[in-house]
Amino acid sequence: MSKPSARTQIFSRLYKNAGAIAPYTPEAPAWTPPALTPAKRIARFVELMEAVRSEVYRVKGDAWVDALRKLMRTRELATLAYGKGTWCGDLLEKSWKEKPHPTDLIPWTQDVEEFRDELFGINAGITTTMGGIAEAAALILWPTPEEPRLLSLVPPVHIALVKAKEIVTSFPEAIKKLDWAKKAPTNSLLISGPSKTADIELILQFGVHGPTDLIVFVIE
Amino acid sequence: MDKPKTYNFAREAAKALADTQLRDNLRFATQSLRQKRLAVFDDPDETEALREIGSRIKARGLTHLPRLLEELEDRCWENGIVVHWAETTEEANRIVLSIMEAHGAKKAVKGKSMVSEEMHFNAFMEARGKQALETDLGEFIIQLNNEPPSHIIVPAIHKNRKQIGKIFADKIPDTTYTEDTDILLATARRILREHYRTADIGISGVNFAVAETGTLCLVENEGNGRMCTTVPPVHVALMGLEKVVAKLEDVPPLYRLLCGSATGQRITTYFNMIKGPRKKGEKDGPKEVHLVILDNGRSRMLADPQLRKVLRCIRCGTCLNHCPVYTRIGGHAYGSTYPGPIGEILMPQLDGLDTKGELASASSLCNACSEVCPVKIPIPELIRRMRNESYLKKGTGVIPGHGAKRNAVEWIVWKGWRYSQTVPALNWLMLKTLAITGRVLPRVGPLKAWTRVRTKPVFAKESLKQLTRQEGIRHE
Repeated sequence: MSKPSARTQIFSRLYKNAGAIAPYTPEAPAWTPPALTPAKRIARFVELMEAVRSEVYRVKGDAWVDALRKLMRTRELATLAYGKGTWCGDLLEKSWKEKPHPTDLIPWTQDVEEFRDELFGINAGITTTMGGIAEAAALILWPTPEEPRLLSLVPPVHIALVKAKEIVTSFPEAIKKLDWAKKAPTNSLLISGPSKTADIELILQFGVHGPTDLIVFVIE
Repeated sequence: MDKPKTYNFAREAAKALADTQLRDNLRFATQSLRQKRLAVFDDPDETEALREIGSRIKARGLTHLPRLLEELEDRCWENGIVVHWAETTEEANRIVLSIMEAHGAKKAVKGKSMVSEEMHFNAFMEARGKQALETDLGEFIIQLNNEPPSHIIVPAIHKNRKQIGKIFADKIPDTTYTEDTDILLATARRILREHYRTADIGISGVNFAVAETGTLCLVENEGNGRMCTTVPPVHVALMGLEKVVAKLEDVPPLYRLLCGSATGQRITTYFNMIKGPRKKGEKDGPKEVHLVILDNGRSRMLADPQLRKVLRCIRCGTCLNHCPVYTRIGGHAYGSTYPGPIGEILMPQLDGLDTKGELASASSLCNACSEVCPVKIPIPELIRRMRNESYLKKGTGVIPGHGAKRNAVEWIVWKGWRYSQTVPALNWLMLKTLAITGRVLPRVGPLKAWTRVRTKPVFAKESLKQLTRQEGIRHE
């Protein structure tokens, strides 16, 4: 393989050429979008989230469980995948145990190799979030072993739970608050709306590869 | 290299200009993209401040490029990402091929990547019996039709829904013609989701690579990028070495600039940050992640303070949408991986002025591109550099293939002109001669080409200087 020599060659050119010009380090001031008050943050988050065709429901405490049950029933979604061992999963299991529901609750417990084919046939997936970003309408997702990455991507309906107090104003603020550079997991994500494309005549169309619907519960 | 021998920019441009369907499609699409951009960047002061930050972040990154790349490499290895270096596109292709062969992989699903276009990745893999499947909807459409992309962001910008419906009906088995975009989308979705599920390897580009954390950032709307980087057991990311940024905090302003400039969005549907392969205990994600860092002439561009500015580019494509030339002829006429203004200053540096120098003539130097460039690349200034180097004496330029347009006749004419301008008597004689002979100059050679679409200039009997002396100048 020519790999080591390619690396050596590239770096010898880089060091020579980067240094060929007097070192100039322009100051790059930090980008800080204006901060919003908590009430404004939530309102802005909901407004912009809806503008990217997400359905947003503001609920109090655990009321999202009943709201979700109703949604699953009216939309006749046969299967819902969730992460076992999360606070969301615990509440779902409890509710489904107390009162039967036509939707099958499917915990993701195996490696994707054993679960992949089943996952591609499941109707909906639910995940928690690390919060939201108001001024750009994004969910912050840090997938975990309990809640793998594909739970928010493969099922055609993605349901996300956002705690209102975890909604921040901007991406730079989220990076600071969550200590993103140090603490982020293998894969971290911002999600803004269902998957979409404008590749045909710039017509905005939703549901191209990933979810066709994004349902967000803002929990206050 | 894209067939330097048969490529003729003037001919291709003329062909594109005559294609009324193409003109309609382009006019509509580029106009919408410009309007959408303006809707997001609605505050000129804020936009200017953001562009200033973006250009400084990239300029600073280039100053420290080797150090940042070393830091990125170290962090990636620590995160479990295998790092490969490629001097040429051929090397980069071979690296990916060897990864595929090590895994017995036959089918690769690909997210959108301009570097892979630069590598002619698909053709390379197909020639070696590997399937390289584009999954971005626009790329998927044009791959069906065996075409290269004609825009950096909207690859099928030159097609309308009727043409796309026809491509689907012709190329996808059991598909009937439809103009219904929902049905077209559903067809693509059905086919591609099956490919994600069964692919052996996923290929992606990289929008930003963060040195301090070893994070690869991918920007997309469709979800195909997440599919390609998450479902298959192996992920290979391809990046040009200029994509590295120092810190995570550098990412948000660049990301905002990219979204706003490319598609007029505040944010894309997905911002995917990858820090390595599946860890112990995690249930999904690729088991191996490879990063191929491509040079292909970039380290050379770094040596020149003016030429290195092209390395700030974040590939948003907004210079294309604002270019009076691109918006009329589209991407294919440029015969190059990167079309439009950015292509005019990047392609001659990648492929040489001898094969791609012609592209620098595709500009009126109107400056629209540099006014909208999110990282403030002075594109017209660089276009003039391309033109100048095309006429330099061999060995006195920096760009490969410089001096390709230099010829004795032009050289003598300009030398003569210069001489005439320094000797008043000669200048007088020349003007008098032109006043008489100018009218009867035969339309041959360069004058013939020049006058084909322009009026032949008629020389006045008296020079401007004489006229002003006689009549004076009125200041208004």
